[in-house]
Amino acid sequence: MHSKTRVRILISVLVLVHVAIVFAAFISPYDPAMQDRELSYAPPTRIHFVGTLGFHFRPFTYAMVRDSDGYHEDQSREIQLRFLVKGAPHTLLGIFHCNTHLFEVDPPARLLLLGADAYGRDEFSRLLYGGQISLAAGLIATFITLTVASIIGTVSGYYGKWIDESLMGSAELFLCLPWFYFLVGVRAFLPLHISPKQTFLLLISVIGVIGWARPARLIRGVVLSARNRNYVLAARGFGASDYYLLRRHMLPEAFAVLLPQATLLIPQYIAAEATLSFFGLGISEPVPSWGNMLSTLQQYNVLVSHWWLLAPAGALIITSVIYWRLADRVHYWLQSHSF
Amino acid sequence: MKAISRLVLIVCLLTGFCVAVAPAPQPLASSEQVQRADGEVGNYGGRLVTGQRSEPKTLNPVTATDALSREVIGRCNADLISINRLSQKTEPALAESWKMSPDGRIFTLKLRKGIRFSDGHPFDADDVVFSFSLYLDEAVGSPQRDLLIIDGKPLIVTKLDQYTVRFTLPRPYAAAERIFDGLAMLPKHLLEKPYKEGKFDQTWSLSTSPSEMAGLGPFRVKQYVPGQRIVVERNPYYWKVDRNNNRLPYLDELVFLFVGSEDQQVMRFEAGETDMVSRLSAENYSLLSKEQARSGWQLSDLGPSLEYNFLVFNLNDLGAKKLDDIAKKQAWFRDLRFRQGVSAAIDRDSIVRLVYGARGTALWGNVGPGNKLWLNQSIPHPQRSVDTARQLLKSAGFSWDNSGQLRDASGQLVEFSIVTSSSNTQRIKIATLLQDDLAHLGMQVHIVTLDFRAMIDRVFQSFNYEAAVMGLGGGDPDPNPEMNVWLSNGATHIWHLGETQPATDWEREVDHLMEQQMITLNYEKRKRLYDRVQQLISENLPFIFLATPNVLAGAKAQIGNFHPTVLDHYTLWNADQLYLRAQPRGVERAGIR
Repeated sequence: MHSKTRVRILISVLVLVHVAIVFAAFISPYDPAMQDRELSYAPPTRIHFVGTLGFHFRPFTYAMVRDSDGYHEDQSREIQLRFLVKGAPHTLLGIFHCNTHLFEVDPPARLLLLGADAYGRDEFSRLLYGGQISLAAGLIATFITLTVASIIGTVSGYYGKWIDESLMGSAELFLCLPWFYFLVGVRAFLPLHISPKQTFLLLISVIGVIGWARPARLIRGVVLSARNRNYVLAARGFGASDYYLLRRHMLPEAFAVLLPQATLLIPQYIAAEATLSFFGLGISEPVPSWGNMLSTLQQYNVLVSHWWLLAPAGALIITSVIYWRLADRVHYWLQSHSF
Repeated sequence: MKAISRLVLIVCLLTGFCVAVAPAPQPLASSEQVQRADGEVGNYGGRLVTGQRSEPKTLNPVTATDALSREVIGRCNADLISINRLSQKTEPALAESWKMSPDGRIFTLKLRKGIRFSDGHPFDADDVVFSFSLYLDEAVGSPQRDLLIIDGKPLIVTKLDQYTVRFTLPRPYAAAERIFDGLAMLPKHLLEKPYKEGKFDQTWSLSTSPSEMAGLGPFRVKQYVPGQRIVVERNPYYWKVDRNNNRLPYLDELVFLFVGSEDQQVMRFEAGETDMVSRLSAENYSLLSKEQARSGWQLSDLGPSLEYNFLVFNLNDLGAKKLDDIAKKQAWFRDLRFRQGVSAAIDRDSIVRLVYGARGTALWGNVGPGNKLWLNQSIPHPQRSVDTARQLLKSAGFSWDNSGQLRDASGQLVEFSIVTSSSNTQRIKIATLLQDDLAHLGMQVHIVTLDFRAMIDRVFQSFNYEAAVMGLGGGDPDPNPEMNVWLSNGATHIWHLGETQPATDWEREVDHLMEQQMITLNYEKRKRLYDRVQQLISENLPFIFLATPNVLAGAKAQIGNFHPTVLDHYTLWNADQLYLRAQPRGVERAGIR
């Protein structure tokens, strides 16, 4: 496949994923916090086209009934899917009030595209809503990390001497801090309950600030080696200012390092959100995030008996792989069109 | 030639490993007063492996506080009188008989004659007197000391002759013989010297050489490998025999593997690396039962445990603590109608179904159906009713705004957080269900999961919490161990700690009833007193009782005499009688895939 086509495919998949997540309220059939205690750990609903009367153009499904050996379809009644129906009110993008949902089925059937969790909540709806928090946290925290890292790395590499030593010394200090205990300690000073908005801000700033040391060292290395290149020395000889040198010669080199860093950091930070949820610093129930959804998989029996709850892991892998492939392409493109 | 000698060496080493098994049981002496166990007659040999969640902290029976240390220590030591885990009644152990004086204050115990510690040293009344002096010494800091101090006075232990000991209690004490259960008798010849030198707290740690330890239990410590396992081997002098006069225990060795978590215990058991699991969650139990047909495991659902899980509101005095936000909310929590409303809105059946996989029982009081001797049958079990809850809240001055949120009389939004331990998935699930149940009342509940220690610190020390989901109980069915929870000055009076005098009238009545039942010797009279305590608790709801899980355990098919119980230790309480059956045909072969 031509590399341009490949990039186009990657970008369109990524856009699709993000659009689905942004319009979660419209696409998801249910409220992510709604419990249906009769459907605990219900497997994904099957969508049928062929019923007792032959083929239907409009897909249908059956209600789920539970007996001693698990869930079964009650095949006595076919319940059709309906599209673009009025349902529970929601807000799109936090601005538009709307009550239309993409699809729905009538009770007693429930459309659980990715099954249900322990409380009978729709995993598909939770995955979309959870993606909003996880992806935003990953992206914003990565942005914070890389901004902090490039400022510190550039300053440190360019000016050298005691500035370099003190900045890199503190980077090393950051790398060897026992974060686990530090965070548990920080938790003790915070109020017991923090609102979801505050939690989210806290989360991204904690993740973003903790991670700066490693990329800062990388950037410092790049700047350090670029500083003594002949063309930089020549530019300096012509009287170029520090700012000009940094902007024109150093940062573009660092940019090639930053992109792969970003792709490594995004999935890493989405996982970090899960870890923080465990300390009580993350997003708490019933608000979903990929991190807290995955935390149920720490239970062995869930892992081996309810495969559909792996969906957030799947989503995480897919988005990470796309980001990574895309960055690889961009990296290649940057090299072939070097400045 | 070299190759041959090397081969010979390997063969020698291998046979050496096979031969270096536990010591053979000593032949019975005619002077020995052994106890006859009534289990199935088994055969000698083999090792049994169990998985422990973490490492024990010490092997010292006097200072051990954690359950995991006690699991190992309990197999290596014995008590004077013990509670039979199946019948829940007391039975003779190292004391072959005992007599209580008519006023219930003096107990005279006759010790078994001619029995020996695991190092071969004889056991007599001096060891008993010495052991009790350790438990009672405040400087030693034994957690069992509280049990032996009645009305601020210690019980007095006197040696009458080499095999008779008298215990004098400061006042009559109901079911006093039960306090002997779990108090290990220790060897004076090994421990007196370090005790006199003031080094007792350093004795019998994990690094102590096994040759410096001795006990009266069925096993003795053989080897400790940090981070991996602790191995105990047969005590060749153990004082119990089976029906055919074979000295117990049957097993050569018992191995405790340190595996980490409950899930790890289950995985190791599934893989055949361990022979037994206890304290299974319902989900893991059903996972194992799916494979039962193939594996032939013995899985037991023993019915409701003695543990009770509850929601507790913080009713502590926060005067000096500067926790104004919480203090404001306490106005709601202190209102009985608020607590009743919360209780009425909780769907206990879904807790049983979703959290315990229907292997549990809903609770409305502190004594569950697992405790047949003491349960008050007349405690009402009201059905869940959101309407009743709403009426109760309305009568307490609460109202609902346009968006359905509950507000108190001053217009304040009803919002609070529930803390629970992040390592207990079942309690997190309970909290998540409560959150949804209470949302139907318009209450905004937040769940805060904390590291277990951080949570205990908030509940017992800083009082910086609003509500908590916790569990208690599980040890002994008798009401006496519950004293510390229900007495208003008790150390586990969680909802309001450190009361110098009862804060409410009903707490005063409970104090009185609990003190009374402690000195009442007649069971029926005691039961009436404790029934009233249960009634008061269920009416005043200091705890909102939720549910109790069933005790679930499993073992491999070839383990004989496997009789798990609802009492601690669920599966190893009769470790002296456990044995490995000759391989049943078919099962093992089917196991190979």
